[in-house]
Amino acid sequence: MSWREKWVAFVTILSREIRRYMRIWLQTLLPPAITTGLYFVIFGNLIGSRIGEMGGYDYMEFIVPGLIMMAVITNSYANVVASFYNTKFQRHIEEMLVSPVPNYIILTGYILGGASRGIIVGIIVTIMSLFFSDLSVENVWITVSVVLLTAILFSTFGFINAIFANSFDDISIVPTFILTPLTYLGGVFYSINLLPEFWRSVSMANPILYMVNTFRYGILGVSDIDVTWAFIAIAIFIVGFYTYALHLLNSGRGIRS
Amino acid sequence: MTTALSIKNLQKTYGTGFEALKGIDLEVEQGDFFALLGPNGAGKSTTIGIICSLINKSEGSVEIFGKDIDDDFSKAKKDLGVVPQEFNFSMFEKVIDIVVTQAGFYGLPHKQALERSEHYLRKLGLWDKRDEKARFLSGGMKRRLMIARALVHEPRLLILDEPTAGVDIELRRSMWEFMQEINEAGTTIILTTHYLEEAENLCRNIAIINQGEIVKNTDMRSLLAEVSTETFILDIRGTINNLPVIDGYKLKLVDPTCIEVEVRMDQNLNPVFEQLSQKNIEIASMRNKVNRLEELFVSLVEENSNGNDAGVSE
Repeated sequence: MSWREKWVAFVTILSREIRRYMRIWLQTLLPPAITTGLYFVIFGNLIGSRIGEMGGYDYMEFIVPGLIMMAVITNSYANVVASFYNTKFQRHIEEMLVSPVPNYIILTGYILGGASRGIIVGIIVTIMSLFFSDLSVENVWITVSVVLLTAILFSTFGFINAIFANSFDDISIVPTFILTPLTYLGGVFYSINLLPEFWRSVSMANPILYMVNTFRYGILGVSDIDVTWAFIAIAIFIVGFYTYALHLLNSGRGIRS
Repeated sequence: MTTALSIKNLQKTYGTGFEALKGIDLEVEQGDFFALLGPNGAGKSTTIGIICSLINKSEGSVEIFGKDIDDDFSKAKKDLGVVPQEFNFSMFEKVIDIVVTQAGFYGLPHKQALERSEHYLRKLGLWDKRDEKARFLSGGMKRRLMIARALVHEPRLLILDEPTAGVDIELRRSMWEFMQEINEAGTTIILTTHYLEEAENLCRNIAIINQGEIVKNTDMRSLLAEVSTETFILDIRGTINNLPVIDGYKLKLVDPTCIEVEVRMDQNLNPVFEQLSQKNIEIASMRNKVNRLEELFVSLVEENSNGNDAGVSE
């Protein structure tokens, strides 16, 4: 395939992914907006007003970056894991496998498709947060780049989960038992400086903590961790996950007999 | 003559240890209408799956128009179109989107993809259904949708894996005409089917696969010439109770209005007609008991299976 043909194939996969989640927006775009809206009302407004300050900021201001990031992470992941597993389940993955489109184009198309949903949901949640807090961005480049990289990272993670999944139960195990706990314990609702020394050290092993804090740094200008290391860690994870996902796809794991 | 498909020593052993293909060799010439037949579980779908990269092979090589499916993956795939046995498109997408998307996987620009999709959807009588979700199509329409999808990138080799399964006879005939039309236009076709009259009518060459081995690979005419006997059903006007004896022919009274006659290939039916006529038995109509290819197919498969079973017991 020429580069032009590969580009067409990539755009085809990406646009099909976007068409898919737009077609079912009631399942894909609306629920995260409602859930996050409830977080803003309950934790930010009702409870948050009694908590006072967190990390030197009003509690509502403190949790907004974390909640945006949480929406980006869960939706990027959910899009790819559901979409690619469905492609396997309904067998229309064969449409791509019989064609000359290279595996890295398939992988990149799905990852960016999932990342695009994460970013759209992130934008929706950001707009909603404007009703509850005066959001100002301290560093646009850090804010945008960490959202993009996080969305890409969790899309890739979702793809790997979809490859291994053999049933619909398998696509909910990781989000329920790994992703959600790590997100809640990743400093979305609190600063890890509040934790005892031991649990602060344990929290440092949570990759989501770095993403949430880097994003918070981009918006508020404060972070519990060093953002340079956060970018390096995210980049390493992306390269590692992408390489592994491509290896799985090339070997035919879960998709070829 | 260019070879459209060349398979050498193709072997497949599944993880369970089941040996689905035991080293098959097969060549299909460009422009051919080729039948790949075999009973269920013989290895047809495994062979097709390997050609289409849906199944990893254990050993051997596959070339499509001289391009190896491993070494020259992209070029080999461009020449190949597949209509699978089971529906494998998204049931939630529109008909037009399914075909245009498939064109996109082959790198066709959007405008050209739309034009081609319209062309093939019109040809297959699906243009009016282009905005319908695929799940709302009838079984026959879904089969035609898969054919349109397989043709949108205009492959030189088209594999049809039981394309007329579950399709009514009227639609089946129109699909036969369409297949013949695209074959005459230059597309090489490999057909697998359980309707043996379909293979007999459409295909020029044939391979029969059984228990992972090719047991016959020849042209259709030579194969049919191997039929040693043919059985005809004669429907008679009125009724008879006693069956006449005709020297050299095996006759059987199926019921008082129907006689079965077995005829060797070196015989003809004239003596039968003459003698029945002399006994005032009037023949109203005549038909084959079974299709000739079916007769051969069954005997070849049985022969091969018995041979293999004997081998195992030794």
